[in-house]
Amino acid sequence: MSIKIENLTFKYSEGTQFETKALDNINMEIKKGEFIGIIGHTGSGKSTLIQHFNGLMKPEEGDVIVEGKSLKNKKTKLKLIRQTVGLVFQYPEYQLFEETVYQDVAYGPKNLELDEKEIKKRVKYALELVGFDYEEIKDRSPFDLSGGQKRRAAIAGVLAMKPEYLVLDEPTAGLDPAGRNEILGQIEKLHKKSKITVILVSHSMEDIARLVKYIYVLNKGKLHMEGTPKEIYSQSEELKRIGLGVPQIVDIMKELKEKGFEVNTNIFNIQDAKNEILKVIRSNENV
Amino acid sequence: MVIMDKNSNIKKENIIEIKDVSFKYGEEEELAVKNVNLNVQSGEFISILGHNGSGKSTLAKLINSILLPFEGNVLVKGMNTKDKEKLWEIRSTAGMVFQNPDNQLVGTVVEEDVAFGPENQGVDPKLIRKIVDESLKKVDMFEYRKRPPHLLSGGQKQRIAIAGVLALNSDCIILDEPTAMLDPEGRKEVMDTIKMLNKEQNKTIVLITHFMDEAVEADRVIIMDEGELKLEGSPRDVFSKVEQIKKYGLDVPQVTELAKELKMEGIKLSDNIIHVEELVSELCQLK
Repeated sequence: MSIKIENLTFKYSEGTQFETKALDNINMEIKKGEFIGIIGHTGSGKSTLIQHFNGLMKPEEGDVIVEGKSLKNKKTKLKLIRQTVGLVFQYPEYQLFEETVYQDVAYGPKNLELDEKEIKKRVKYALELVGFDYEEIKDRSPFDLSGGQKRRAAIAGVLAMKPEYLVLDEPTAGLDPAGRNEILGQIEKLHKKSKITVILVSHSMEDIARLVKYIYVLNKGKLHMEGTPKEIYSQSEELKRIGLGVPQIVDIMKELKEKGFEVNTNIFNIQDAKNEILKVIRSNENV
Repeated sequence: MVIMDKNSNIKKENIIEIKDVSFKYGEEEELAVKNVNLNVQSGEFISILGHNGSGKSTLAKLINSILLPFEGNVLVKGMNTKDKEKLWEIRSTAGMVFQNPDNQLVGTVVEEDVAFGPENQGVDPKLIRKIVDESLKKVDMFEYRKRPPHLLSGGQKQRIAIAGVLALNSDCIILDEPTAMLDPEGRKEVMDTIKMLNKEQNKTIVLITHFMDEAVEADRVIIMDEGELKLEGSPRDVFSKVEQIKKYGLDVPQVTELAKELKMEGIKLSDNIIHVEELVSELCQLK
């Protein structure tokens, strides 16, 4: 099972002089259980693309097939698609509105007309999944929480719908490093524990490098590159050309190599970089 | 002409003086800012770091009189922020740029937006034309002057917001996480603009950020935690205190962390590496 994107094209202001292709013939398949990243500069089409994943935007040209169901087919129930694919927007904490965290997370399941017992079960499940102590948090006002906590509460609201795919648009934007680590750590655990498919949209190359197994790079509405983090980050010049960057570690390794240090440049976290540099220095000492 | 040299001993005027300032929101018991003392010299570039809720945005709002101290005084170019008659003069001396570019642009075309400030100051319309053009040229956005802001990228929008502050002829620019919502290219555009304004136009910069690689560009770094000023010094000194920084929910640049890890393995490196080039050249000497 998967989310399959076939020849998807989307134009804004079609027929006017401002006509722009926000998406230009995109093809990809996200299989169940994967953890993927989507990167691209502002306006590259990332947000337009993910809004197609759960039917918020309907495919105009091409198709989106969620778990075998075409979003073009009028018989496909969008309500069901939106339960299958949960979308967490940028700054989701702005959408918190209830008096208690419990009520906020329960809002979605209530709309599914589930009975009170099932709702409670789901709220507890979702809050625990994002790392909260259910009893401790449930009666608190969402507005008294810290930035990272608010965001986790908002993510819990989507998880309470029991989606099989979780799409997160810039989940760490505006958070301090501790908040960033908190959110990313929880997402990582969530993926491991519940086997949920995670689609992470981010500007932060460090976040993407740390978590995802496969990356899609968008540029001007087109799918520009795809591959494992190693494959993608080895193209640092190309990434910079299209307005993106690489983690600082990649820059360090590349510069070392250019200065004649025989290191492997396919490295993007601190631990691996340390081990690689030590290996090279120590092998030089032994010569 | 006075030669402005950052290393010279010429005593420079303090453009911002924060004296024993405490602040709390409403009837709350807890102080959001606790007994802070801080002077910023004219032409200095300081960056303020701290986790979400540490009081850094509150401090910024105290500087340009959006908030008033509960105790103590804030002086901007000698004017007390409590002096209602000086309010507009204070705000045009210390202009502010906020995180979300979409919340601060008001005009339907770029030049109108930049003209908003001087128009409100009652500047002669002929002069406004000149001010707007010059301000847009300084942030390299002159050719976009007829565009509607919503068709610009995030980095461009933030540069327009900066131009709006320049149009007020502000000596000091306070930026509250101006790059939090931008992609890597947009972040670079905004940081290059800030550095240029500081170096070439001698603008005083107060940059609030969560990005350590931005903070290392400042002359001085201030770390806030629980409303208090905890650490202060050159980026090199502050970031050498890796453990302490982490305790405050912050991070150090990846290159600083890597250097520290290598040192712990017995590699001979300087104590306070904050730039990629420094680490690379020191390692090359060991080769």
